[in-house]
Amino acid sequence: MSEEIRVPIESDADTVIARQVGRDVALRLGFTRTDATFIATAISEIARNITVHAGAGEMIVRELNEDDRTGLAVIAQDEGPGIADVAAVMREDYRSNLGLGMGIWGAMRLMDEVDITSRPGGGTTVTMKKWCGFDEVAAFLDHGT
Amino acid sequence: MAVSILKQGDYLIASVQSALTDTEVIELRDALLAQVAKHRSRGVIVDVAALDIIDSFAARSLTTVARTNRLRGAKTVIVGIQPEVAVAMSQFGLRLDSAYIALDLEAGIQLLTA
Repeated sequence: MSEEIRVPIESDADTVIARQVGRDVALRLGFTRTDATFIATAISEIARNITVHAGAGEMIVRELNEDDRTGLAVIAQDEGPGIADVAAVMREDYRSNLGLGMGIWGAMRLMDEVDITSRPGGGTTVTMKKWCGFDEVAAFLDHGT
Repeated sequence: MAVSILKQGDYLIASVQSALTDTEVIELRDALLAQVAKHRSRGVIVDVAALDIIDSFAARSLTTVARTNRLRGAKTVIVGIQPEVAVAMSQFGLRLDSAYIALDLEAGIQLLTA
């Protein structure tokens, strides 16, 4: 039975709970302490986007089982104002007028996959995944220069 | 607040006791700046060993403390960054500009009094 925990995000105290949940689930799934800290840091950034831009929302921490690999997904949902240009906020030089643009960028560097679905007035869903035992050395040799 | 700030001679020692919310990070920032001004401290050590993460908000707040103190002639030493937190900050690209970094409280005191 795959594990799934939902955390309502209504204040910055909920953000602390969400990142502790993310860390606990990651450690139970066999992630290293370093990877669990990566996940907790990414959760903190994305939860802040919810409290600052949307006011409230929800985070779902879910176990992933796909082929022979185990992973963890964090799904952050809100009914806030949405994002007009998703591609722009995923660029490295993006800064929102609240100075909070580093959040998505940080999440992309800390997680293996980050996907944003949003439209103006229609809320935002950020889905982040990290795979257990992902071989960074092999990935570097495949894609690095 | 989950932070204690002690005056020790010309220096302040702030110890974070647990994970902090953003609101508590701001309270820590403002308390450090106010206490350094009040006591005319020459330096402040901030022990962050209890922090579960240092994300962009915490890093920015600590950098603000360090920059402001520097303009007032006081040093800011961050000590106790956990190894996993340091790796995550490095991967993220977060830095603590203007702050001195030491491994632990003892090393931080040595750095200030040297």
